[in-house]
Amino acid sequence: MTTSELTLPQTREKKGRTRRVMGAGKQLHAGPVTYVVLTVFALVSLAPLVWTAIAASRTDRRLAETPPPLWFGGNLFKNLEAAWDQAGLGTAMLNSTIVAGTITVSTVLFSTLAGFAFAKLRFRFSGFLLLLTIGTMMIPPQLAVVPLYLWMSDFGWSNQLQTVILPTLVTAFGTFFMRQYLVQALPSELIEAARVDGASSLRVVWHVVFPAARPAMAVLGLLTFVFAWNDFLWPIIALNQQNPTVQVALNSLGTGYVPDQAVIMAGALLGTLPLLIAFILFGKQIVGGIMQGAIKG
Amino acid sequence: MTSSKQALADPASSAEAASGSQPGAARGARGRGTPGQGPDSWRSRFYRWDMKASPYVFIAPFFVIFGAFSLIPLLYTAWYSLHNVQLSALDHQTWAGLDNYRNLLSSDFFWNALKNTFTIGVLATVPQLMAALWLAHLLNYHLRGSTVWRVVMLTPYATSVAAATLVFTLLYSWDGGMVNWFLHFFGVDAINWRESDIGSQFAVSSIVIWRWTGYNALIYLAAMQAIPSDLYESAAIDGANRWQQFLHVTVPQLRPTILFTVVVSTIGATQLFGEPLLFGGVSGSKGGSEHQYQTLGLYMYDQGWIIGNLGKASAIAWSMFLILLIVAVINLLLTRRLRKSQ
Repeated sequence: MTTSELTLPQTREKKGRTRRVMGAGKQLHAGPVTYVVLTVFALVSLAPLVWTAIAASRTDRRLAETPPPLWFGGNLFKNLEAAWDQAGLGTAMLNSTIVAGTITVSTVLFSTLAGFAFAKLRFRFSGFLLLLTIGTMMIPPQLAVVPLYLWMSDFGWSNQLQTVILPTLVTAFGTFFMRQYLVQALPSELIEAARVDGASSLRVVWHVVFPAARPAMAVLGLLTFVFAWNDFLWPIIALNQQNPTVQVALNSLGTGYVPDQAVIMAGALLGTLPLLIAFILFGKQIVGGIMQGAIKG
Repeated sequence: MTSSKQALADPASSAEAASGSQPGAARGARGRGTPGQGPDSWRSRFYRWDMKASPYVFIAPFFVIFGAFSLIPLLYTAWYSLHNVQLSALDHQTWAGLDNYRNLLSSDFFWNALKNTFTIGVLATVPQLMAALWLAHLLNYHLRGSTVWRVVMLTPYATSVAAATLVFTLLYSWDGGMVNWFLHFFGVDAINWRESDIGSQFAVSSIVIWRWTGYNALIYLAAMQAIPSDLYESAAIDGANRWQQFLHVTVPQLRPTILFTVVVSTIGATQLFGEPLLFGGVSGSKGGSEHQYQTLGLYMYDQGWIIGNLGKASAIAWSMFLILLIVAVINLLLTRRLRKSQ
């Protein structure tokens, strides 16, 4: 509903305009060649995923033979079951849902608050602090993992989910994303009006900021969930196969935990499925969010 | 002290705060203690405090999390890089000075990892961004079902590094792999993608290219749609064909966006880790039998958690950071020069 507002209202307007201007190299109707090339791009994008499903429906032996299978076999459910049980993907899916869900809720909430402060409130050092926030995006995660690992061992938190949740409770990307959105989407007069009525900051946030930010919050939530679900480096250091997230379980599969290629493919398929479903349902909003972030960034 | 300065720097809030507080203060000075005024002045005091403190309260969670899980660890990593820290004896940390760094600079594996990171980074980034630019150009046409095309191009982004690499590893397998089977139709002999130098690096790069091309294309597309159409109109009047328009209007207009994606991709390439790790299978952290695709990120993981030398791993992490900073400075200088030349 509201999220569709994010898909660039100016774009539609421009399309209408340029259609009148023939000869301009923009927004022309695509010719057949364009469709052919796009189809090739689409095939390259989708083929590995389709082939994952095909491979997951075969046997390990069949996958070692030439030519490789090009159509589905009858072993899909057997392999999915094996991946679910033997590779711990059942636990992994539950854990990933908890981890990504918590990170998403908290990132969206805290990013909206910080983004609002940077977009609309005046305070000392705000410019510098915003620059610092953006600058932190350059720091590779590798720079934190050694101390985090040592502290985690000290706390006795090895293999517990909070170790992978806590470091990403709020991100610089989310803060910047919300700031860019609220700068233009939230009229300062609304805040002033609420202030004149004597509203406290919390009331302003609840009654003015959250309603205005809702479309961007939804998109940030989707992007954050994708990011958290697919996070790799820190989870494989902090967790192991006893209590894995999906990526940790897939890593175990890849390093010989279950040496059956068909089961490995079933695992890859299972681990990707939730996000594929999300893309089918909310693809338009995710695309809009990435493009929105790009324009302002 | 800071609060008074802040009120000066912030005329709107100080005016509001003043208008809120003065009636109460004036009445208080007159010494009338009627019941209604107590809460009133409390409220105005709260209001003033709220105006000043709330921005800091709102940004606090980010800076607390950043401080606790990035900044302090980053400094500790520097500290550990100057120590001998072994995974097997965590309580025995001895001062090592610059030994870890000296050790790195004299290690063939470090230079090999640095070279591989660079090669794979170039192999992954350059074709990816060029393909993304082309794809964005195509998506910018008036298409039937434009949203569907965009979502389809983004689906690889939904696939995690781990899942994508597992699939690509099978596609690239020497025996019965899809890629070799496909190539044999063109008379190409089976390539041992895992063992050969350039073959394995190309394979690892292709995973990155596959996952990120659509994402970057969307970023370019957004920027393309913001280009004013009269630029194209005047180019067309000057007799520029489509290709010339693309070269002389689209690309220069996209320059800031292209630079942005180059920076982001460079950061990503420097950290490359999951793809080579899983492409290597059981002995993944070595980056192949000859370390032919061991990247810096992988080398750090190998030294830290497989071999168990966390001090050396810390030194590798800081080396990565320094390399990124150098790249950032070069980028900044290049951007300056580009701006000046315009």
